[in-house]
This record gives sequence, structure tokens and C-alpha cells, in this order.
Amino acid sequence: MIEFLRQPWPWYIAGPIIGLTVPALLLLGNKSFGISSSLRHICASCVPAKIPFFHYDWKKEAWNLFFVFGIFLGGVLAAVFLANPHPIEVNPALADELAGYGITNYNNLIPADVMSWKALVTPRGFILIVVGGFLVGFGTRYAGGCTSGHSIMGLSNLQWPSLIATICFMIGGFVMANLILPYILSL
Amino acid sequence: MNNINSNGEKKSKWYHNLKFLFVGSLFGILFVKSEVVSWFRIQEMFRLQSFHMYGIIGSAVLVGLISVWIIKKFNVKTIHGEKITIAPKKFNKGQIYGGLIFGFGWALTGACPGPLFAQIGTGATVIVITLLSAIAGTWVYGYFRERLPH
Repeated sequence: MIEFLRQPWPWYIAGPIIGLTVPALLLLGNKSFGISSSLRHICASCVPAKIPFFHYDWKKEAWNLFFVFGIFLGGVLAAVFLANPHPIEVNPALADELAGYGITNYNNLIPADVMSWKALVTPRGFILIVVGGFLVGFGTRYAGGCTSGHSIMGLSNLQWPSLIATICFMIGGFVMANLILPYILSL
Repeated sequence: MNNINSNGEKKSKWYHNLKFLFVGSLFGILFVKSEVVSWFRIQEMFRLQSFHMYGIIGSAVLVGLISVWIIKKFNVKTIHGEKITIAPKKFNKGQIYGGLIFGFGWALTGACPGPLFAQIGTGATVIVITLLSAIAGTWVYGYFRERLPH
């Protein structure tokens, strides 16, 4: 059983269970699934300054912080008890492309060659880790949600603004991955 | 169980939030084991080299869609007996501009906000920097919010 669980889980197992998070949160406490809001709550609780956007009763939304701390714990549990002993298998075309940028280490979920403490001070590592993170935080709040809030919760509730947001997430991702990222990884 | 405060709202004790910690943990395990939190899987997705991520997001939406439909159709209540309400999403241009900006960040970091927490859990400690930077990005958005087109 444990051996079975250690393998990567297929999409048709993972996807439907991720979808069940939507009714689980609604039934447990009338909460709409959404993760990027946690970043706003962290700002509101730690550095609200005099910014109206961060002045609200974030304690009412504390469930969201418990939820993301749970995701962190889940990461710990998966890594300790259910770690996949094999490197991640990717499409050979991707492996070829990445090898051209010197990315050959598939032992972690993130590419250790460009995303590590050592790589943080290189131009491409800095862009992936720091600039990328900034764009994720800025963009999700500007869009009013991320993959969970818009693409899963919003689409589940047939919200057309969420469909527009999801299409824009994908356009942004395609443009970055195919047109801009090759230049960044070549730095 | 629940106290009612002066506004007539139910005030929950902090430990009632532990159930969300539990759901979050299951979710984190799922994220890691399905490799949704893998930078490599996100690169495959944006190069149309793998069905994996599309299968996950697509089937998650389908299950979510059916669940919400059932909840509305049969007026299902929460475990505390409350009526379930879902706030509608209002359209503004932020969904376009912000959506594109998040898309750029998603392809760079290989992670949306949820996976960042899971990646740190798996021991990728440098992602703490990505998370702090994402928090900074959210803060800067809040700071310039009034001056940005919406």
C-alpha cells in the first residue's frame, strides 16, 4: 500500500479529490475555496501600514491561514512518509530543452540547478525566485484570486469573470514559458 | 459551541479552525503526490507537452461544478446548519491585467500561491523567499490599488 502511495498519483485520482475541496470547505464552514487571499491576510495582520486594503477584520478569515499552514504540513508529511524515490519523469522534449540551459537535476519538485539558495544570487535564479514570486503575489491580488479562487471555485460556481481570469492566467503563462523564459534561462 | 456576539454573528473559537488545518494537510499531500507543485509539470503544461495538469484542473472543476450544483439544488446546509452562500465574482479589468501578470509569475516560479506552501513543506527552503516576495507583491498591490486601472 505504502509502495503504491509513494508513486506519483495520476490526474484522475488527484483532480477529483482537489475538486472535493470545494464542497468540503462549504459544508464545514461556508468557506469559499481560495488560497491567494491568505497573502492578503498575512499583510493585514503583519504590515497593514495605513493602507485601507489591509484594514479589515482579518481574524474572521483566520480559517484561511489554518488552511495554508495545513498545506505546508501536508508538504512535510508527503516528503517524509510518501516521498517518490525516483526522479520526476517529464516529456523528453522538455528535458532536451532544459538540458540546453544546464537544468538536469530532476530529484526535487523544483529545478535545483536554478532554484536553490546558491542560485538565488545568480541573475536567472533571482528572476525565477524573487521576481516570479512578486508577480504571483501582485497578479493574484490584482486579479482577485488565483487558480483555486478563480479557476476552481469561480468556474465551479459558473462565474464568467473567473473564466476571463483563467484565460488570462493561461495566456500569461504561455507567453512567459515559450517566449520570455528561454531568454531568462539563458542568462 | 458557538457564542453569539452583540452583532448576532456566530463567533467561532480558534480550535474550530483546526478542521481547516486538516483539510489543508490532505490538500498539501495531494498537491505533492500529484506533482501539481512541480515546476517541471507547470512547464509541460505551458508547452502543451503533457495532459497531466489539464486533467487535474479539468476534473477538479467538473467535481466542483457538480458539487455546487447539488448544494444549490437541494439547499444543502453546513454542518452547523447555516445556509451556504457563495459570493459572486464581479468583473473588473483587474482580472485581465492581474491575470496576465499572475500568468507570468506562474510560469516563472512554477507555482501558484497554494503550491508555494507545499513546496516549502517538502524541504525546498529557498521557496520561503518566493513566498515573502509574493507577500510583498500583494502589499505593493494594496499600496497602489487606487491608482491602478480596474
